[in-house]
Amino acid sequence: MRTLIFRTIAPYLTSLMVLFSIFVLLRGHNEPGGGFIGGLIAASAFAIYGIACGVSPVRRALYFHPMAISGCGLLVSALSGLVSIFEEMPFLTGQWGVIEVLGVPVDISTVLFFDIGVYLVVVGSITSVALALEEREHA
Amino acid sequence: MAVDPGKTVDLAHAMVMKPVAAADWLVVAPVVIPLVFGAVILMLRHETRMHASIAIAALVATLAANIGLLARVIETGPLVMTMGRWLPPFGISFAADALGASLALVATLVALVCAIYSLSDIGSIGRRYGFYTFMLLMMAGVGGAFLTGDIFNLYVWFEVFLISSFGLLVLGSEHRQLDGATKYAILNLVATTLFLTATAFLYGIFGTLNMADIARKVDGLRDTAPLMTLGVMYLLAFGMKAAAFPVNFWLPASYHTPRIVTAALFGGILTKVGVYALLRTLVMLFPPELALLSGLIAWVAGLTMVIGIMGALAQTDLRRALGFVVISGVGVMMAGLALGTGEGLSGTIFYAFHSMIVMAALYLLAGVMNGVGGSYSIRTLSGLYGAHPMLAAFALLLMLAAAGLPPASGLWPKVMLVRASLDAGYPWLAFTILATGLLTTLALGRVFILTIWRPRAEERLAAAVSPRLGYTVLAALSLPIVIMGLYPDPVIRVAQIAAGNLLDAAPYIGTVYPGGGGQ
Repeated sequence: MRTLIFRTIAPYLTSLMVLFSIFVLLRGHNEPGGGFIGGLIAASAFAIYGIACGVSPVRRALYFHPMAISGCGLLVSALSGLVSIFEEMPFLTGQWGVIEVLGVPVDISTVLFFDIGVYLVVVGSITSVALALEEREHA
Repeated sequence: MAVDPGKTVDLAHAMVMKPVAAADWLVVAPVVIPLVFGAVILMLRHETRMHASIAIAALVATLAANIGLLARVIETGPLVMTMGRWLPPFGISFAADALGASLALVATLVALVCAIYSLSDIGSIGRRYGFYTFMLLMMAGVGGAFLTGDIFNLYVWFEVFLISSFGLLVLGSEHRQLDGATKYAILNLVATTLFLTATAFLYGIFGTLNMADIARKVDGLRDTAPLMTLGVMYLLAFGMKAAAFPVNFWLPASYHTPRIVTAALFGGILTKVGVYALLRTLVMLFPPELALLSGLIAWVAGLTMVIGIMGALAQTDLRRALGFVVISGVGVMMAGLALGTGEGLSGTIFYAFHSMIVMAALYLLAGVMNGVGGSYSIRTLSGLYGAHPMLAAFALLLMLAAAGLPPASGLWPKVMLVRASLDAGYPWLAFTILATGLLTTLALGRVFILTIWRPRAEERLAAAVSPRLGYTVLAALSLPIVIMGLYPDPVIRVAQIAAGNLLDAAPYIGTVYPGGGGQ
């Protein structure tokens, strides 16, 4: 699969897909989308990059090991559920706040962080599997 | 909640408005703590030196949470927290009663001791491949299964610990491990699928998955709904998870293959989750169906006991023999389920505590024997008495415990079960329990005589591992065994409260639905 055309286009395709996956993640708040599907899109982006340019550039580009990314996601999700302890509400109760970004009020919530955690878990674990399989193929 | 300022919404229609005290978080702590620390270890995957201490600290914290939870549950009755404060049955409830809390406590104790022994058993490669992450995630799954109040959530936690156990089982990637793991995975997935099918069917009938909700609706649906089918499906699914005859074949095919710490964890904890699920579904949700199935379950129990222990008699590999002892113990626990009486169930619950500790200890004992003798085969091991008298003492105590002889903990649950069987009109079941005790004595006595008393063979293997750490963990597990054997009153009381909660679900339902709302 390492044709010139594919290798040239893969980095752009990958960055577009990762961007789109983040869009899908944030969109999931009120519309179809969310952490799981966003994570799958990002993982397929890394898989494409791996098919085109080999596994080690992907590992370099990710910097962290994919399993560490998914561990981080699990931690973020679990911790986002713990915030409600300060409000005397049960585990995983959504907490909301508003922050001003450049004069625009933005609703921010623990639900969002839970979803970001899911995103990272999916990105990490699926990328880990995909890269291991690609490594096997090229070895 | 982001609500238009102009509008007022009465959240009480959809949410639990009562503030939740920080102490109520005890009910989720045994799940959240291992989950969080498991994630941390996964992030620090290269820092293999730190893994063990993080895992042990996490399990100590979990154990403390479990002790607090059990004390609270014994004192004030079941404790409930509904996730995201959505009203049950829409929110998923965690509901700890004495049964779930006490089993979670014993399981965590066993896991903690195994984590300590793993210091010598799991090298840096095993750590790097995630031993401690898998272990903590498995404990999160086990804790979740014991504490959840929602039957679909129970399925989810079963999956969590099952997937983690696959990871533990293949750690090392030896050929026989993969072979064992394949059988384990496929047969367990069949059971899981049955569980899921039964749950889907149950949801179709009841329109709810909350166990308290099911328990209070079940009497109204008894005339029209196919509850017997559900009961049988759950019996088969969880019977398979618990390794009851005739669906026990995955256990002897796989439990001898992983690292000995993993085998100790599995042999101690996992089958008891199946037994717990049987108790929870059949006794709490479908008691009349259980009464009809009682004869069948009694047969299953008897056959599991006898065939399990016969298997142990035939083995020469210590770990394989112990796998069969685990199965035989499951049979003993099924006997109490078959009786369905308060005393029978208390016996089963007590036996579950005992069996978790003793089976884990026996596997660890096998690990120590392998460490000093260089083999798991009772043909090769010999003369351990001369070289390691302490080991012989631990072995004797654990074998007495497994066989149900004084002064160890196995005696009292068996006494309770035998008496309950006689009271319930199953003299043959009582006889089978006693005969199994005799056969267990024979099976383990054979191991004891060959490995410990038999004079040492000519060429002996050099002692590779110092047994000091092994003695520490064996002492840590022997202590509760002896205490439960000599002073069983508090444990019997906990088991009786747990059995009482199962037989009369009203307090449990009342805590999940205070004021009977949400009909």
